[in-house]
Parts: sequence; structure tokens; C-alpha cells
Amino acid sequence: MGAIQPKVSEPISDEMALVGRAKGGDVGAFEELVRRYDRNVFRIAQHITQNREDAEDVVQDAFLKAYNNLAQFQGQSKFYTWLVRIAVNEALMKLRRRRPERTVSLDEEVKTEDDSVPREVADWSPNPEQQYTQAELRDILDRTIHGLPATFRTVFVLRDVEGLSTEETAEALDLSVPAVKSRLLRARLQLRERLNKYFKRERSNGSQSKPSSGDGTR
Amino acid sequence: MKCSEFLHELTDYLDGVIDANTKAELDEHLAWCHNCYVVCDTTKKTIEIYRDSKLYELPEDLETKLRTAIASRCKSHKKTGPEGSAR
Repeated sequence: MGAIQPKVSEPISDEMALVGRAKGGDVGAFEELVRRYDRNVFRIAQHITQNREDAEDVVQDAFLKAYNNLAQFQGQSKFYTWLVRIAVNEALMKLRRRRPERTVSLDEEVKTEDDSVPREVADWSPNPEQQYTQAELRDILDRTIHGLPATFRTVFVLRDVEGLSTEETAEALDLSVPAVKSRLLRARLQLRERLNKYFKRERSNGSQSKPSSGDGTR
Repeated sequence: MKCSEFLHELTDYLDGVIDANTKAELDEHLAWCHNCYVVCDTTKKTIEIYRDSKLYELPEDLETKLRTAIASRCKSHKKTGPEGSAR
């Protein structure tokens, strides 16, 4: 089975020049950076906050914060990784404000060891997403990812949806590389498990369940 | 190789960042373990479906609104310039 093809990233050759001009106070150069990345930042913010208004605020606040702190960006990482780090922090702050009863931290070790052990192993149709309309599919994907803990959701989105490398994801989230890998594995497996009910091949008689020591998916 | 060991390596396997020996062991496991094959295949599809989804695309009108707001907020901060380059 082949590996997943990495996302092709946009050319960044002129990016440091843009950042340099923006540092010198050229708002136009900064606006170009906004145009380049606002869709990505919005997607990340929406995935973390699960709320459109909050995501809009996060996009604005993250770019403003980036603009005001450009002098601190020394270019050791890509501008985008640095921006994502700011956006993730803004989004998590929103989430904490909205759900003060639940502490949201990316550091949390999320409970049980068994929450990622596959419990249902069922084949999917060749193109399972084609069984649904775009709107239905979006609803399914949204609800499914919504059920993941914020820490898993965030790692999955940065790594698999936005295509950051493991190292960039670790840097953006201030996590170690092994921590990113372990969260990513669990996020991927949990999403797969939850999507089973929508995508599994109905006529399959070969589906089997593996025993599990408990419901670790919540 | 046990299934639990296979699962442990699944992320690196899917990302193609694994040494040749380990990959060969994993491929061999996949060749006879149907359950792991299905888990691997459906996990790969999960990633591809999310990656290709248009989930949370930024609508054009909202993008325009946000860009305008960001530009105006940056300009209003420009009096002092980005911190560090002020003065």
C-alpha cells in the first residue's frame, strides 16, 4: 500500500522579502501575506473553535498580532509556521473562554490507552465519499471531527489537512515530535473508526469486531 | 509482527517516513493480516477525504470582509509601526 502523497506547498522564495518589507511598515506587503494565508488560518481556526464567528475573530486577531510582533519573527522557521502558532493560540483562547468548564490544553495526555484500538474493522466502498452529496459529506466530516478532543483535532488539521510537516506541527504547537506523532495516530484512527458507520460497505459479510476493554472514544 | 506493533508504526508507514527494513516487515504483515490491511486502507482514505474536502472553505464575501478589516486594523496600528521597528 502506497504512502500518502504530500501536499505540494506554495513557493515561498519571495516570502522573506515580503516579511522584510512588512517589518519596515509596508502594509501592502503584509496584505499580500494575508491573501496568501487567510484561507488556511480560517480553516484552522474553524476546526479548533468549531464556531464561525470565533473563527472570523481569530483570523483578524492572529494577523493583527502577527503584524504587531513581526520584529520578533527572526526567520528561523517559515512565516506560515510562525503565523499558525499565533492562530492556534488565539483559537485555543477562544475555546477556553467559551468553555471555561473544560480546560483546553494541547499538552493534555488524553486518557485511556484503548481509545485508538480499532473496534470495528469493515471494508469501505472504493469511493465512499461519492455516496453522499457535497453538503451531506461536509456535515458528516464536520460532525465526526467535532467529536475529537481539541488536541487531536488540532494536530490532525495541521498535519493532514493543511499539510504541515511533523516538525512544523510540533513547532507550531510547542509539542515534541513524538507527542505530535502519537496524537496524530490516535486522531487518524479515531476518525477512521467514527467514519465507519457512514462509509462501510453494506453488503460486506467480512466485517469483524475486535474486543476492546472499554469505550475509550470519548 | 503483532497487529499492535503494526498499528504503532501506521502513521510513519502512511507518511512514507520509514526505513526499508521496517517497511518490508509491515508490507509482509499487511499481506496476510486482513484486519490490518483494512485499518490501513480506511485510515488512508480518511486522511484523503479530509484533505480533499471543502470543509471550512472561506467564502469570498467573508474573505473580502476579513481582508478589509485586517488591513484597516494594521493601518491604524501603523502610527507606531510593527513593534520593534517603531521610531
